[in-house]
Amino acid sequence: MREKEITKLKDYKYGFTTDIENIRAPKGLNKEVIKFISKAKKEPKWMLDWRMKAYERFKNLKEPNWQKPKYPKIDYQDIYYYSAPKSTSENPKNLDELDPKLLETYKKLGIPLQEQQRLNGIAVDAVFDSVSVATTFKDKLNEVGVIFCPISEAIKKHPELVRKYLGSVIPLTDHYFATLNSAVFTDGSFVYIPPGVRCPMELSTYFRINASQTGQFERTLIIADKGSYVSYLEGCTAPMRDENQLHAANVELIALDDAEIKYSTVQNWYPGDEDGKGGIYNFVTKRGLCKGINSKISWTQVETGSAITWKYPSCILQGDNSIGEFYSIAITNNHQKADTGTKMIHLGKNTKSKIISKGISAGFSDMTYRGLVDISFKAKNSTNYTQCDSLLMGNKCGAHTIPYIKNKNPESNIAHEATTSKISEEQLYYCQQRGLNPEEAVGLIVNGFCKEVLQQLPMEFAVEAQKLVGISLEGSVG
Amino acid sequence: MLKIKNLKADIENKSILNNFNLEIKPGEVHAIMGPNGSGKSTLSNILSGKKGYDVSGEILFENKNLFELETEERAHKGIFLAFQYPLEIPGVNTNIFLKTSLNAIRKARGEKQLDAIEFLKLVKLKAKDLKFDEEKLNRQLNVGFSGGEKKKNEILQMSILNPKLSILDETDSGLDIDALKIVADGVNSLRKKDNSFLIITHYQRLLDYIKPDYVHVLMNGKIIKSGGPELALELENKGYENFN
Ligand SMILES: Nc1ncnc2c1ncn2[C@@H]1O[C@H](COP(=O)(O)OP(=O)(O)OP(=O)(O)O)[C@@H](O)[C@H]1O
Ligand SMILES: [Mg+2]
Repeated sequence: MREKEITKLKDYKYGFTTDIENIRAPKGLNKEVIKFISKAKKEPKWMLDWRMKAYERFKNLKEPNWQKPKYPKIDYQDIYYYSAPKSTSENPKNLDELDPKLLETYKKLGIPLQEQQRLNGIAVDAVFDSVSVATTFKDKLNEVGVIFCPISEAIKKHPELVRKYLGSVIPLTDHYFATLNSAVFTDGSFVYIPPGVRCPMELSTYFRINASQTGQFERTLIIADKGSYVSYLEGCTAPMRDENQLHAANVELIALDDAEIKYSTVQNWYPGDEDGKGGIYNFVTKRGLCKGINSKISWTQVETGSAITWKYPSCILQGDNSIGEFYSIAITNNHQKADTGTKMIHLGKNTKSKIISKGISAGFSDMTYRGLVDISFKAKNSTNYTQCDSLLMGNKCGAHTIPYIKNKNPESNIAHEATTSKISEEQLYYCQQRGLNPEEAVGLIVNGFCKEVLQQLPMEFAVEAQKLVGISLEGSVG
Repeated sequence: MLKIKNLKADIENKSILNNFNLEIKPGEVHAIMGPNGSGKSTLSNILSGKKGYDVSGEILFENKNLFELETEERAHKGIFLAFQYPLEIPGVNTNIFLKTSLNAIRKARGEKQLDAIEFLKLVKLKAKDLKFDEEKLNRQLNVGFSGGEKKKNEILQMSILNPKLSILDETDSGLDIDALKIVADGVNSLRKKDNSFLIITHYQRLLDYIKPDYVHVLMNGKIIKSGGPELALELENKGYENFN
């Protein structure tokens, strides 16, 4: 029987490079480079001091290696820590002043900033390498008191908020990559929702790595004041390159009494080629603090890109009755590796957490779900529900589930369910007999498998994510 | 419509079909009977394009060489197989599966896609004809369906897709008496001058409801005898052992 060639090479449509003149810090990591970054951002002294403190601490930390995906030693002196398009050194006031090459780049990525400005719905902060190049709908958000701006701007304009909350969830002295980020972070988004305000639109940051040999160290800080609500989404892409590039971001969320933060990620960093060459190391620290009573933080992630994904978006449930949720789809294909999951730390009474993780591995890839549920002795009457499902395609990939459970409170309750299944040749044949091609069949089965998580995404992105899930597995059948 | 000439099929170096010949003209209903393991399902799989067989010979469907078409392309051309053992696909909603399937086929034929409302209208109608509990269509495909429900679901799909050549692989096995009648009615309502059927069964009784034009006996890899409906009765009386 004649079999048609299924193109094996995954089509990564975001793999282009923008040819643009950059300003870079000298290569390497040292005090001078940190001063360079701080100066380039025109930061106040307290910020530089903070960075220096982190750097001193960093020098004494050891790179962790307990994770499942191993990687060649990173030479931290061989990375550029700051790279920005030259045209952004004088902050452009509005989109019309922005370098057309940048506008073109975002258009190609499917985020036409200018048109988007006219459409109602989603406010976008566009981060290009080490700087935020544009933020849309700022004025409209200002009307209701919502602050949505690059963190570099917030440091100057809202120092009281930044000083109060920066590092309050991920302390300076946290682990290796988080501390590195604290020393050298460049840009990212800052969000503040005032008391009682329901943010009138989706907020979104689009991260783009463009320059080569450059690390991206972004920092995001979101504060939902009492009784407020915000839904925030981040997206990420990078050019196709033979080298591995490091992305070590820190994201801190703070929800005060009765506030809710919904944080969604669609991560599509360049995953490397079919043979596992190149791709982003996505080593990210994301942590949310449910500080107030009745507060709620919900993480939703769709992780399809990166050579290695290593992250555990977590919730610290400090306020009584607070709720933490983690919904995750992680897909690895070819030689991609992922070690991801969450931590739910129950401190307050009547706290609830829910973990739904869907891992899909194909090709030669390897996927680990690693999760911690920790219920302290004070967290009376708390509950966790965890469900971890793995779906395997072919027999050369791996899937592992590593749950850590600590329950120090006899009145609290933890439930864990896990399944592993496989897409069988028979299932594909059945779908094909009904007229679906192999890619459509896989798309249908996989989307069915991750439905519970896809439903959590904001409507505008659910369709995109659904497509992405299909594309990520292209070439994995046949 | 379908011409099979000198079909030979091996699996893992074991010969299953050898010198198999069959022609089905538009509008005809053919029944194939044969002992367990004689290659009936193998034949239906080869017609619908399952991979993994070593085949030679020729199969023409509407004068096109079937071996040049992928599984899904055969479905687009109107070949439908009601599986002997319908597959379960966890997570996939039955209605969504049906709609995706119908629209994939319509798209390949250059026909308009049905939207959710049009589709539900169609499915409601067909489900009613087959006395198929609509509630079940909101469940995961075949997951937790009883044996008979799975078979009925195959016939529901057949009636929605309205294929040119329907292959029913032991659809009657596992159906209760009433369901058998309903399924037969379903098949009969699709009988038109352009629609053909290949019905694989072990029991003569189904053929009381669906009157075949021809009955074939498959043994030792080929059709050893063909005749009218009376052949099925003869077979039922004699059994395969004494038939040769
Ligand atoms: N994948 C396979 N590997 C090895 N042998 C196979 C395979 N599939 C089928 N066979 C063999 O081919 C022969 C024909 O099988 P097939 O399923 O076509 O029979 P059948 O006529 O449909 O039988 P039944 O009436 O029991 O459904 C059997 O001997 C079976 O064991
Ligand atoms: Mg059979």
